[in-house]
Amino acid sequence: MNPLLNTGAAPVATPFFFYLLAGAAILSGLLVITRRNAVHSALALIVTLLSVSGLYLMLYAPFVAGVQIIVYAGGIMVLFLFVIMLVNIERVSKERQFNRIWPVGLAASCALLAVFLAAFTKGKDLFHDRPITLPESTNTQQIAGYLYGEAGRIGQYTFAFEIASLLLLVAILGAVIMTKKKI
Amino acid sequence: MLQEFMSYLGSNLPPGSAGNQLWALIYVFVIFAGVAVIVLCMNWIERKALAHFQIRLGPMRVGPHGLLQPFADALKLMLKEDIIPDEADAVVFWVAPVIGLLAAFTVYIVIPFGPSQAVTDMNIGILFMLGVSSLGVLGIVTAGWASNSHYPLIGALRSSAQMVSYEVAMGMAILSAIMMTSMNAAGTGTLSMIGIVEAQQQQGIWFLFKFFPLGFIAFVIFAIAMVAETNRSPFDLAEAESELTAGFHTEYSGLRWSLFMLAEYAAMIAVSSIAVTLWLGGWMHPFPNLLHGPAWEFIFSLFPGLTFGALAAITFIGAARMPSHSFFRIQRAGLAVFAALIGLVALLLLVIAVAGRANDTSIAARFREGIDYVYWFMLKVAVFMYLFIWYRATWPRYRFDQLMKVGWKVMLPISLGVLILTAIVGVLLP
Repeated sequence: MNPLLNTGAAPVATPFFFYLLAGAAILSGLLVITRRNAVHSALALIVTLLSVSGLYLMLYAPFVAGVQIIVYAGGIMVLFLFVIMLVNIERVSKERQFNRIWPVGLAASCALLAVFLAAFTKGKDLFHDRPITLPESTNTQQIAGYLYGEAGRIGQYTFAFEIASLLLLVAILGAVIMTKKKI
Repeated sequence: MLQEFMSYLGSNLPPGSAGNQLWALIYVFVIFAGVAVIVLCMNWIERKALAHFQIRLGPMRVGPHGLLQPFADALKLMLKEDIIPDEADAVVFWVAPVIGLLAAFTVYIVIPFGPSQAVTDMNIGILFMLGVSSLGVLGIVTAGWASNSHYPLIGALRSSAQMVSYEVAMGMAILSAIMMTSMNAAGTGTLSMIGIVEAQQQQGIWFLFKFFPLGFIAFVIFAIAMVAETNRSPFDLAEAESELTAGFHTEYSGLRWSLFMLAEYAAMIAVSSIAVTLWLGGWMHPFPNLLHGPAWEFIFSLFPGLTFGALAAITFIGAARMPSHSFFRIQRAGLAVFAALIGLVALLLLVIAVAGRANDTSIAARFREGIDYVYWFMLKVAVFMYLFIWYRATWPRYRFDQLMKVGWKVMLPISLGVLILTAIVGVLLP
């Protein structure tokens, strides 16, 4: 049962919220790369991640939004802050940046911009318009169906998903071996 | 506006799901006020109960039996000078308690006090709760860092390591409960908080007793992890007084400090309600499938009124047992008035229970139903809140390496084992 359909409630995905969230994401993204203090950058990055999770919600993908909060904002960023706090911020902020890789960064972001522009201009041909059916109430089940399969069939992405989890397992083992002196 | 107000009254959905923003706002305000009041009460109960555990009297001076102590404390905290240390990072120092408070209070929008007594019902309810409550650690970490002082920094480091470690075991325990929701004909589970309680109702068993002892072990794992998550004793290493003065909030004072306390208690209520929702049948009264029908409904609906009546009686006895010296005259009168107020509430609840019985579609019937749900939910939460105090009075604090060992080498393997066994039993049994 989808409450949204039953009651004819106003959709949350209004342009106002999109511009609010997108603006917050861009602004805090700029703060991430302009702040000299690493903790301020990390805090701004958390705001970016939360705004992006709000954008996922607007795309009727609540599960992805929840995972975004739980994994990135709640898990990874805490570890980030954990590490950054051990660094002497005052000394770091006075030091000059010694790496000169901004041309590479510029090229990479230009390439990304080109991809976005292509998707924006040719999006109608690349992606099909499909009506969203009962988007919110079965979102989690749909994802599970794609990843693990449903009704006895193997899911569309089961193989890719298992490969990804194998990669993660290898990374975990590597981390354990690197930190342990003797095993 | 009036129309929007009236249009929701017949609905069986939470206001957020029904798309009624006005009622959602009303619910938010009611919950916020309710939590604030509960925190005030908890403050008094905790000090009083701890004192009695240790054969002391606890607060006795401000009001009869120290009943006005929380208000005095709140007033003191509001008037106290709010210091920001010179070397502190002022902006982050200011933001930190707000982050903690926001994270603690945002989760309340999905807590199901009843089938329609929640702000909203999300398809990802429990995931949302876990995610947002894990943001609470950010408040602690930033507070510790922004203070620019040794003890707060160590406290923050400890607390972030602890919370990240225990979140894993907690998540595994929650997963095994969520897995149990899929034991129905369709074979699909749910993450919605309301859906989880309804699944327990359908299967006719609290998940605490499901696949005994698997559900019970998962519950115990969660019950331990939730104490660690909220930084309460015996896992309160982040604010270990003997080692770190006051841990991450050493440099905080006045209103900002009280925001941390408010966030801590709000988080305690929130995790308790996760436990109640997942394992203890949420808003359902005991044996809902066995003891139903109008007669039982009526008996159960009397419980809230009788509870308040018992409280009023205890308070009256307290007033009667006050020393007869003239010095205590005002206190005795105050306590008697307080008892009369509680008695009035009890009377009101009983009147609603009786009036709601006569006519099943009236407003009184809906009120009775709602009070019933909220009462049983809050009663179960109250048990956990008392347990938090009991733990604090009973167990000594863990050492940090012991804490980590318990988290990673005991709780995580057990919870993983329970998860796997639950999956196997769930496939084999029905």
